[in-house]
Amino acid sequence: MRSYAELAGLMTVMTGDEKHGPSATSTLDVLWVLYDRVLRVGPDRLDDPGRDRFLLSKGHGPVAYYAVLAAKGFIPESWLTGFGSAGSPLGYHPDRNLIPGVEIASGSLGHGLPVGVGLAHGLLARGLVTPRVFVLVGDAELDEGSNNEAIVYAGAVGLPNLMVVAVDNQSSSYGWGPGGIEAHFAVSGWSATRVSGRDHGGLASALGAPGDRPRLVVAAVEGKS
Amino acid sequence: MSSMSDMRTVFASAASSLVDEDPLVAVVLAEISADLFAKAAARHPDRVLNVGIREQLMVSVAGGLALAGLRPIVHTYAPFLVERAFEQVKLDLGHQEARAVLVSIGASYDAARAGRTHQAPEDVALLDTVPGFAVQVPGHPDEVPGLLRGAVGVLSSGSTYLRLSTESNRSALPLWPGLQVVRAGRQAVVVAVGPMLSPVLDAVSDLDVTVAYATTVRPFDGEGLAALVPASGAVVLAEPYLAGTSAYLASAALTGRSAFRLLSLGVGRAELRRYGTPSYHAALHGLDAAGIRRSVTDFLARRTESYLGV
Repeated sequence: MRSYAELAGLMTVMTGDEKHGPSATSTLDVLWVLYDRVLRVGPDRLDDPGRDRFLLSKGHGPVAYYAVLAAKGFIPESWLTGFGSAGSPLGYHPDRNLIPGVEIASGSLGHGLPVGVGLAHGLLARGLVTPRVFVLVGDAELDEGSNNEAIVYAGAVGLPNLMVVAVDNQSSSYGWGPGGIEAHFAVSGWSATRVSGRDHGGLASALGAPGDRPRLVVAAVEGKS
Repeated sequence: MSSMSDMRTVFASAASSLVDEDPLVAVVLAEISADLFAKAAARHPDRVLNVGIREQLMVSVAGGLALAGLRPIVHTYAPFLVERAFEQVKLDLGHQEARAVLVSIGASYDAARAGRTHQAPEDVALLDTVPGFAVQVPGHPDEVPGLLRGAVGVLSSGSTYLRLSTESNRSALPLWPGLQVVRAGRQAVVVAVGPMLSPVLDAVSDLDVTVAYATTVRPFDGEGLAALVPASGAVVLAEPYLAGTSAYLASAALTGRSAFRLLSLGVGRAELRRYGTPSYHAALHGLDAAGIRRSVTDFLARRTESYLGV
């Protein structure tokens, strides 16, 4: 197992760059906190029905995701070298059929949250009330209308095992207006909060608390520009 | 099952029974037919889900249910199930390898009066681009329960598209996974898919041709077709959806022959901008008995008229 401080080195193996800009690392702290302190998952329980499910809906820029998966022992570090090459299981968008521990193949935006709604429903229908479904989306990804279908529906039926983490780097061209992303979820019946996407303690505390309805945590990070 | 019921009613009843019997079967709806599932939803609120008028969500939810280990049945009108939510079908089912049974109503011109917005004769051709989907086209309501059960039963190996219609043959045939010979002849083989069987039989009643019936069109029974082709090499596909949808598979099945001729009958591509009845539209597409007869006799006389551009 690697530490948070070692993630940058793992990312460098993939990109060849010594330094990583904010857009490459917008999800890094959220991913680390999830895998280090929140998710009940592990390489030894890949098929455990009782594991939490983490869906990286925003499949773009998966370097931070792969670094965390390697750091936590889901994939060998040797895989990182071939990132994106022929024969590598690690593409520019992740594929659940190629990578241990990856719950969905993503890349096209606006699919993870609607699939997460079905997964949350399915776990409850099977009597699995403990595991939670975490979906990581980007603020611009929420432009996709398919998310709105899921937000309104999940709020109305009140899936308590569903958690969305919206990494907000203010990259949506038209933004979310007064009240931000959380206002749009709250009006549909979600519990919603905003924390710093770089504050590990704040993230862990916001992500760790299951409630009686679906929950949104907006993880605010620096803008792209 | 009573043959007095239409395919949709029979389907809802069979699907409700499956939800009762199997704790892993789920139904996902987008308002359409929700009334027919009201009792099942009351008994199993956690597995009979109506997501509202949200077809993208309906298909994605099915993908998520499948990832949780359930066996989802997804149902709405054909254009909204296959076309509107196509990327969800492609990615959240196909690419994830999450399996579901998709059940449509409103086949081709069933909704002739409703116009183009409620018609999707392209459904099978479009779904055919997603690897791993079986396609079942019942020709009679009594064939629906068996096909549905079969589709749910094979979910561990793949998804199925079950295409219901208000068009129906006069009687049901026993279920058979490949081509089923209904009558034998020497001049040609005519493959009648689903509800095309009765009009085809009427069209060729005095012609010396084999008629083979298919409910399963994916996987396509190419071996069965090759075995039925007569010396003349004349093959007719009569499909109740877009003309030519299975032509590439028929061609592939017959590449070993020195020669064959293929006539593809089906729904044309042109925008008709006509309302009226399904039987009127069948005639417009040359898919009523008279039209099929005209095409087949012309074809046998080697006047190869194409109906692809109706």
